[in-house]
Amino acid sequence: MRALARLVARADGRGGTALVELHGETPLLLRQTPTDCGVATVHLVGGAAGPLAGDDLRLEIEVGPGAAVRVHSVAASIALPGRAGAVSRMAVRAVVHAGATLHWLPEQLVAAAGCAHLAESRIALAAGASLRWRDELICGRYGEVPGGAVVHTQVDYAGRPLLRQSLAVGPNAPGWAGPAVLGGAPATGSLLVVDPSRPAEPPTAEGSVARLPLAGGPGTLWTATAPDAHTLRAHLTV
Amino acid sequence: MATPSLLLLLADGRFPAGAHAHSGGLEAAVAAGRVTDLTSLEAFLAGRLATAGLVGAAFAAAAHRAAVLAEFAARSGALTRLDAELDARTAAPALRAVSRRQGRALLRAGRSIWPDAPFADLPATPGGPHQPLVLGLLCAAAGLSRVETAMIAAYGTLTGAASAGVRLLGLDPYQVQALLVGLADACDGTAADAARAADDPPERLPAAAAPLADIHAEIHATWEVRLFAS
Repeated sequence: MRALARLVARADGRGGTALVELHGETPLLLRQTPTDCGVATVHLVGGAAGPLAGDDLRLEIEVGPGAAVRVHSVAASIALPGRAGAVSRMAVRAVVHAGATLHWLPEQLVAAAGCAHLAESRIALAAGASLRWRDELICGRYGEVPGGAVVHTQVDYAGRPLLRQSLAVGPNAPGWAGPAVLGGAPATGSLLVVDPSRPAEPPTAEGSVARLPLAGGPGTLWTATAPDAHTLRAHLTV
Repeated sequence: MATPSLLLLLADGRFPAGAHAHSGGLEAAVAAGRVTDLTSLEAFLAGRLATAGLVGAAFAAAAHRAAVLAEFAARSGALTRLDAELDARTAAPALRAVSRRQGRALLRAGRSIWPDAPFADLPATPGGPHQPLVLGLLCAAAGLSRVETAMIAAYGTLTGAASAGVRLLGLDPYQVQALLVGLADACDGTAADAARAADDPPERLPAAAAPLADIHAEIHATWEVRLFAS
C-alpha cells in the first residue's frame, strides 16, 4: 500500500491552534481529538494491519509560527513481512516554525519476525521552535526474534545538525543484541526534548537510561533500553 | 603514493596518540556485567564495529576527501560541517569529549611528523578536533588512500577494545587475537562501506547508534577510579 498523509497547523490568533489541513489515506488516517489547552491533538489511526513489507507510508507535518500540535497513535504499529525482498517504509517529514511546538508521542513500533522495515524521520526546527519526539522500538513480539528494522532520526535546529541517529536491529545488524548496542534488551527508545526556554541540564546515566544534552542546540536526548515496553515508557516519560 | 609501511605505522597501536589509554567503552560494559567472557567480547566487538566503527571510519574517509580539496575555504568549510555532523551523531557528551581528546593527542603527533599537512583547516572547537577528522587529514598527508584511511579507523575501534579485554577480563591473548582474525572480513567490509559513504553529502553519512555505548560512557565518566580513560 502507498499512502500520503498531511497535517498543517497554524496559530488561530486567539491563543489556539487551527488545523488548516488534515488529510490521510488508508492505512495512514488522521483524526482530530479534543484540544488540550490550546494544543491541537491528532491521533494516527491505523486503517489496516502492518506496515507490511512493500508498504510506503509518508506523513508530512507543518506547524506554523506560534502553533502547537500533539500527535499520538491509537495502537502500536507492527512491522510485518510481506512480499519477498520488499521493505516497508514509514517516512515522517516535520517542519516546526519559530515559537511553534510539536509533540510526537506515538505508541511503539514492534518489529515482528521476518519484517524489513525502515522508519525514517526528518525534522527541521526553526530557531525558537520546541519539540518532544519519542521513538520506541520493541524487538519482536513476545519471545520472538525480530526481523530487520532501522529507526533513523535526523533533526536540524536553526539550520544546524542537532541529532542524527540510526538504530538497526535484526539479522542484518551485526552485534545489535550484544553488549555494545542493546545488551539483550527487547525494548529500546529515545525521547528528544528541544526547548529553547529551558536551561541545559548536565548529563546523567543510571542502569540502562541516560539523559544526554546535545551539542548542536537546546536539545536533550533521553536514551534507554528496557526489558519491556512498560518499563521503557516509564524511562522515556519526563 | 604511500608505502605499505605507512599504512602499518598509522594503524599500529604503538603510534604515539594515546590509543592504549582507551577501552572503547569496554571497561564500563565489563563493570555492568554485560561482557564477561570471549563470547560476549566477540558480540561487543561486532556491535562496536557496526556502530562507532562504521561512523568513525566514514568520517575519517570524509575528512580525507576534504583534505585534497584545492581551496582553503572549501577544505575548512567541509571540515567544519563534518565536525557539526559528527557532534550530532555523538549524543553522549562523554563520547564527544573522548573523541576530541583523542583528536588532540593525534593532532600533536601529526603536527610533529607532517608539519606541512593542512591541520590548520580544522575548526577551532573547544576541546579539540574530533579524532576521525584528524585521522583523515593525517592519512591524506601520509599519502594513504581513502579506503586505507577507513580501514585504520575501523581497525582501531576493534583492537583498542580487544586488548583492553585481555587486561580487564584476564582473557587468553591468543584467543582474543583469534576473535580479531574472525572479525577481519567484517572490518574490511566496514571500511569499504565507510569509504563509499564518504561520497555522500555530510548529512547522509552513517549515523549508526548504540544506546548502551552512550549510557555506558556517561556512567564511566562519573567513576573516580578507572583503568581506562574511556
